[in-house]
Amino acid sequence: MGKYETVIGLEIHVALLTKSKFLCTCSTEFGAPPNSHCCPICLGLPGSLPIVNEKAVEYGVRAGLALNCQINSYSKFDRKNYFYPDLPKAYQITQEAFPLCGPGYVDYYYNGELTRTKINRIHLEEEAGKLVHSGESIVHSEYSLVDYNRAGIPLIEIVTAPDISHPEQARVFLEQLRLILDYVGVSDCKMEEGSLRCDANISLRPVGSQTMGTKVEIKNLNSFRALERALEYEVRRQEAVLKQQGQIGQETRTWDERSGKTFSMRSKADAPDYRYFPEPDLPPLELKKAWIEDIKDSLPELPLERLHRLMEQYGLSHYEASFFVNYPDFNEMLEETAAIFPNVKMITNWLMGDYSRLAREQGHISPKMMAGLLEIVDQEIISNNQGKDVLEEMFATGKAALTIVDEQGLRMVSDEDALQRVIGEVLAENESLVERFISGETRLFGFFIGQVMRKTQGKANPEVVNELLKTALNSRRI
Amino acid sequence: MRKLAQLLQQGEVSSTEIVQNYLDRIAQEEGRINAFITVDKEGALAEAAASDARRKQGEPLSPWDGIPIAVKDNICTLGVRTTCGSRMLENYVPPFDAAVVTLLKRAGLPILGKTNLDEFAMGSSTEYSAFKAVRNPHDESRVPGGSSGGSAAAVAVGEAPWALGTDTGGSIRQPAAFCGVVGLKPTYGRVSRYGLVALAPSLDQIGPIARNVGDAAVLFSLIAGPDSRDATSSSQASFRLQLEDEPFPKGLKIGVPEEYFGEGLSSEVRQAVENALSQLEALGAVLVPISLETNVYAIDTYLTIAAAEASSSLARYDGVRYGMRVEAHDTNTMFEKTRGRGFGSEVKRRIMLGTYVLSASHYEAYYEQAQRVRTLINQEVQRAFEEVDLVITPTTPTTAFRIGEKRNSLEMYLSDLYTAMANLTGIPALSMPCGLDSQGLPIGLQIMGSHFQENVVFQVAYWLENALKGGSLSNG
Repeated sequence: MGKYETVIGLEIHVALLTKSKFLCTCSTEFGAPPNSHCCPICLGLPGSLPIVNEKAVEYGVRAGLALNCQINSYSKFDRKNYFYPDLPKAYQITQEAFPLCGPGYVDYYYNGELTRTKINRIHLEEEAGKLVHSGESIVHSEYSLVDYNRAGIPLIEIVTAPDISHPEQARVFLEQLRLILDYVGVSDCKMEEGSLRCDANISLRPVGSQTMGTKVEIKNLNSFRALERALEYEVRRQEAVLKQQGQIGQETRTWDERSGKTFSMRSKADAPDYRYFPEPDLPPLELKKAWIEDIKDSLPELPLERLHRLMEQYGLSHYEASFFVNYPDFNEMLEETAAIFPNVKMITNWLMGDYSRLAREQGHISPKMMAGLLEIVDQEIISNNQGKDVLEEMFATGKAALTIVDEQGLRMVSDEDALQRVIGEVLAENESLVERFISGETRLFGFFIGQVMRKTQGKANPEVVNELLKTALNSRRI
Repeated sequence: MRKLAQLLQQGEVSSTEIVQNYLDRIAQEEGRINAFITVDKEGALAEAAASDARRKQGEPLSPWDGIPIAVKDNICTLGVRTTCGSRMLENYVPPFDAAVVTLLKRAGLPILGKTNLDEFAMGSSTEYSAFKAVRNPHDESRVPGGSSGGSAAAVAVGEAPWALGTDTGGSIRQPAAFCGVVGLKPTYGRVSRYGLVALAPSLDQIGPIARNVGDAAVLFSLIAGPDSRDATSSSQASFRLQLEDEPFPKGLKIGVPEEYFGEGLSSEVRQAVENALSQLEALGAVLVPISLETNVYAIDTYLTIAAAEASSSLARYDGVRYGMRVEAHDTNTMFEKTRGRGFGSEVKRRIMLGTYVLSASHYEAYYEQAQRVRTLINQEVQRAFEEVDLVITPTTPTTAFRIGEKRNSLEMYLSDLYTAMANLTGIPALSMPCGLDSQGLPIGLQIMGSHFQENVVFQVAYWLENALKGGSLSNG
């Protein structure tokens, strides 16, 4: 415990998954040839005018509802003015004074405890283009090119309250946020493709203090790990400055992944004046209550609800339920398989075990096929271990479990007379080892089991063999 | 124009002949007037030939098919350069037509060319064109007004039968008054701004300039209408009116605001407007003295808002994508040099003013204050129109001033004294000639109506025009 506590707030930009751009009808497709998805509007040609894509508003409202935000029936657009080659109009259309969504919150588990982080606001805005430098960076380049395909893609900016106390918590919160937005289908939230971006504000203050310390903004956080690492670094840096009675300067710093440090970009005095004012080309957004209600009704089950339900409905542990919450495709598999084959404990073990590796490599098999496999394992037609081989075969061939079992003659032998004969053979063939077992080398039990399995090509029911062998050896002991 | 349309329909004259006639007139007059930045001779003749072919097939696009028009050079025309009177866009060729240009083409109107204007429509004399100053056809030593000075002068001198102008604070009406033609600033939202190069988007409107009220009404009916590409366009934008069929609306209440007849108004302009008012009274109108006290703030409010919006709207001219670029070793220097060389001094002045009033430490005192005053002006105008049907004022305090006479920007800004209010409130306002001063210069009268009441404005303008021509005062 140091004598300082950390205060963190996040500003998160999320690209919305609409088919067309925010203010024109160009496609939002990722990875198209440079400047192939452009028009007079997203290029900011003289005389062009913006038109708001209703779908982007709907997605913004969806996100707001999923984050428990107040949806403002009246919101407005503003111009944020600054010069940069990737900004076609030299202003960004955004919402400053009247955002789309007001206060909300996200509840999530952090360190095993249900934790709440408040959201201050969410607003809509347009994305800028992308600079492509001829050299490694803008200062090392002879020239730079601009790709405006990205210009005008709709974004939401989510601003949290300064509610977060640890770097790790910031990461956990952001992961939960990503999951929620993925659930409601408004964004693919890929940090590596830039569809989810996060800036962090962080300050330190003496434990128990009510006033905020001077905050520093950190940019260039390109992964969840980078967010946590940069904040950890910044906590250490600020703590060191404060312990030496130094002053934290209000500034913007950039995270450098390679050195694992943050570096000063600009001080508060150099902060640009964006000269916000109401966008005269767009009327205010006035949303009807019924429209908002319709969107609310169309929201799917959200991650936290699902977590609690999985634990309650299926008796899953928090750990197991979290797995299925984090991987909705596995959850679908779980629930659809459970509808056919009710032993959820068994499904869970299988899905979180070998199945998960195979499904990640090759995609899921049908719940019906999965249930078919689990049924024959459950009915002891094949053993658990045989089941794993059959599962591999199912992925490889697409055949049903029972078909594979029959084709390969894998049905388990549970017939006691037959197994009794094999056990007799094994014990007879290993007389000296039987002696050693009787005189106390009990670990040889496994060897005898192995021999029985070998003689039956692995088809013997292990439980039955276990019982019979125990009886046979015990009888020899007397 | 009705006559011309009739002759075309009867095959007495071809569009090619008409267009050639105007092109000849342009060739003859341009040396002294400078109304055009670009004359699209080939384009206009090709359109005329196409029009003649349609007529021959008996499939004209409209009664006006084949009658040419001139378009102000801040309205985008596909494939024809659109300069905005600026070095910045000297060679800029738009890849699309403005919504109004599409409508003109759909009605079959060949475009003669693009008319001269104050750079980016900032000015009241067309002296701030980066290329050449327009001269007033009534007296070449005088300005035609501005910023649509090219369009007004072209119509006045007969280089075009009619033209499109744009009006942000008076830029159609003031030049119409100075050149002795009719010009309308429509209700905000009535004509699509798609393809109009923005000066101040909350104030800009495109409107008709013509030789008489009837022609202005026809041209207005061609360009008015809702447009899904302009979010500020109104769904009730369409306009149809058969002026000749409408009797004078007897008992109509015309508000005469005392503030528009005070200090600074030339006595000759006052006399002409008062004479017109008594003609209207004789036609059966009721004159109501009213007060529009907030008009005294209109110019300051207009300048603040227009400059703020312009500083942002013109920020895109940075040399990156189109227009002029002055090369430099880094982008910021390129921005600075490009904008330093591309813009003229009046444009720079307004950009600086706009940047200042929007800056964090001055926003509240200027921009926000201006918006509050704009609300007050709106409320007062709304109250006025609860009392009266129309408001009539002079369009300008004086007739056309001399080229170079107004050296001071502030003096120039006062040209919009009577016109800016209509832009701030979005109401329609028309300027029409109502006489000549002792030097033979045209005097303009302004008729303002309530939102979307262009029909009443035109109706009264039409009867007044008749009366002033000495036409019959009686009507059915």
